[in-house]
Amino acid sequence: MSTRPYDRPAASRSIGPPAIDDRPVVGAPVAAVLTAAASGPGGSAAAIQRPLVRVRDLRTYFWTLGGVVKAVDGVSFDVPAAGTLGVVGESGCGKSITALSMMRLIDRPGRIVAGEVVLDATNLLSLSEQEMRPLRGGRISMIFQEPMTSLNPVMSIGSQIVEAIRLHDEATPREAQERAVEMLQSVGIPDPMRRSRQFPHQMSGGMRQRVMIAMALSSRPDLLIADEPTTALDVTIQAQILELMKRIRQERRMSIMLITHDLGVIADMADDVVVMYAGKVVEAGSADELFERPHHPYTQGLLASLPRLGERRRRLQVIEGVVPNPLRLPAGCLFADRCERAMPICRHTPPPLQRVGGAHLSRCWLTPDGDNALVSPDAPPELAEEDAIRLSVPDAGRTTLDPATLSVV
Amino acid sequence: MADVSGRRQVVPNVAPAAVPPPTPAPEALLEVRDLRKHFEIRGGLLGARRVGAIRAVDGVSFEVRRGETLGLVGESGCGKTTLGKLILRLLPLSRGEVRFAGRNVFEASGDELKELRRKMQVVFQDPYSSLDSRMTVGDIIGEGPLIHGMRSRQQRQEIVRALLVRVGLDAGHASRYPHEFSGGQRQRIGIARALAVNPEFVVCDEPVSALDVSIQSQVLNLLRDLQEEFGLTYLFIAHNLAVVEHISDRVAVMYLGRVVELADVEAIYRDPRHPYTVALLSAVPVPDTRIRRRRLVLTGDVPSPASPPSGCRFHTRCWLFEVLGRPGNCVATEPELRELGIGHQIACHWAEEITPQAIEAAIRAGAGAPSADRQPAGSA
Repeated sequence: MSTRPYDRPAASRSIGPPAIDDRPVVGAPVAAVLTAAASGPGGSAAAIQRPLVRVRDLRTYFWTLGGVVKAVDGVSFDVPAAGTLGVVGESGCGKSITALSMMRLIDRPGRIVAGEVVLDATNLLSLSEQEMRPLRGGRISMIFQEPMTSLNPVMSIGSQIVEAIRLHDEATPREAQERAVEMLQSVGIPDPMRRSRQFPHQMSGGMRQRVMIAMALSSRPDLLIADEPTTALDVTIQAQILELMKRIRQERRMSIMLITHDLGVIADMADDVVVMYAGKVVEAGSADELFERPHHPYTQGLLASLPRLGERRRRLQVIEGVVPNPLRLPAGCLFADRCERAMPICRHTPPPLQRVGGAHLSRCWLTPDGDNALVSPDAPPELAEEDAIRLSVPDAGRTTLDPATLSVV
Repeated sequence: MADVSGRRQVVPNVAPAAVPPPTPAPEALLEVRDLRKHFEIRGGLLGARRVGAIRAVDGVSFEVRRGETLGLVGESGCGKTTLGKLILRLLPLSRGEVRFAGRNVFEASGDELKELRRKMQVVFQDPYSSLDSRMTVGDIIGEGPLIHGMRSRQQRQEIVRALLVRVGLDAGHASRYPHEFSGGQRQRIGIARALAVNPEFVVCDEPVSALDVSIQSQVLNLLRDLQEEFGLTYLFIAHNLAVVEHISDRVAVMYLGRVVELADVEAIYRDPRHPYTVALLSAVPVPDTRIRRRRLVLTGDVPSPASPPSGCRFHTRCWLFEVLGRPGNCVATEPELRELGIGHQIACHWAEEITPQAIEAAIRAGAGAPSADRQPAGSA
């Protein structure tokens, strides 16, 4: 039974020039019009500016019956001013908990045990609940994956936006009403007057997400945290919402922290990218760097395992195994069990976040150029001092490169 | 078909096997003719009055050839899952016909129906709700063979163990319960269950959409290997266009209960001929920053299947309709599927007008989204 259609020799597959399996199909009539090479450098420029928010060594743990789950364990990154930070990772990697921690929305059995979230020289984690309240939903707004569960089903959407406006602004009901309608219009809702009197169930998923965005923007935030904002939407509606988010970021010069599992959405939207795995940042850098020269085997594996448009490969690469149980994390690198390139050191010593080029960081024992050779004890990898401060702080006491540690190998 | 003759010339010594992939007249394992499913909407006192109907599947015809994978894509609510259920006779139909290996699925009864049910299996989307949480994995997988007459417990256990190993699990897992497994592992159990009765045809309804990326590729590879090993035919339903391209030999695109385009996978993805397919493909974000996709953003939402637009159902969101100056027949006449090139079926009056120039015009007209702010957005 070897005569499956996809076993056909490549040459007989299509009319015209034979397409090589592993390459993107180019020059196709319609597909070509829709695909253009990126012009100039992509978005890394935003990173050079002073960041809007700095997150340092954030740790959020959950006390469960089975033990302590370190959902976020020493996460550091910057959200670029007027830029988009993409946070990508699979379910359970801690990306949503990171966002909720930044908003200080962690409830028992969870607790933020360490770290800083610095906005304008203020550490949000040291504020009182009363001081935090105007910032939450004020300067930092958040939208979620499922707009239906985030909206009140028994309130018209207009009243809900009015409520959000008056919570953070001194506005008369009439002014707030007018601004609510304006907001609806600005997120592309047709007939905003009529729509403002409607209830969430009368709207489609895409419309509800627009309402959520309108509500989040009503307080004129500096940072919009979007947690899987398009995951529940169809691809044509997703395209609308992504274009809308780009437009409002441009118009309002605000920052977006975009959390998603979809690497395609990240490539489209993000200036900087943070890849998370099992509660830690495993790779960080500009979007261009990360997609063109992924360093960490996990990032490489993710990119290689994606089926892509225009690339019909016989088999997909896989990352074998599953994410480690958060209650029984391995001693060394958290990814070692699934890593094809794991070395002896990976099994017992957690790798540091090392600089692998520019502002590109990777939590891996491989040398910056990806050679299998372990960094030699005499020449420890260049630890990104400045970058470490800018993009990430090494985990205290664990990632300092100590020749003594290395000589154990 | 052109590629068939090409292959014959290249490999003249290969005698035609029993089922060579593209045969001149490929055997249709499954035939669907004018299939319709209308769900009644009832209103009035105690729902006594019929006030309308959701036309979930509204006149669909196609065939699935033996040994191939037919991909079925479309947005939520387009009727793709309903279509899958109709084919398996998990729902009564409103009109039309489903034939499996020449036999009418909806007229079968008794032993013939039971035999059809064995040959046509399904893998569901949600690996959590589709496995009975009170049954062991062994009982879940072994239930099919038991129903189909395999009395010997030992024989069933052997089958279960072999299947578990084949789908990448452990033979010892048979005594465990579904909650002890991750999503990807559960999907493997669901696949083992479908294969336990030795089917010929499997409807895979969004089998990987609930899974993480690294697990998704494992399951896709498994489905392919099993197809090869057991000679399976798949109807692969999904909304992820990249996944469908990867696994399918031919692809059908659905919109509001109708198939709007059907062709070989290469044709659909390289040279789509329906304005909806073009827009759908352009909307997919590509995980590569070197490629800036130019989007044809469709305006508005999918209309309700209870009252689909007149004429072509897509005309209310169609960019080509706008570029061509709103031609009257799009509003007046529902386009039927027609051949446009070998094996490329299309339901559009104006498919020939899809040119690079027309697409340019639509992008410039900014079909719904100002494209100007794309340029500085990335490099601010």
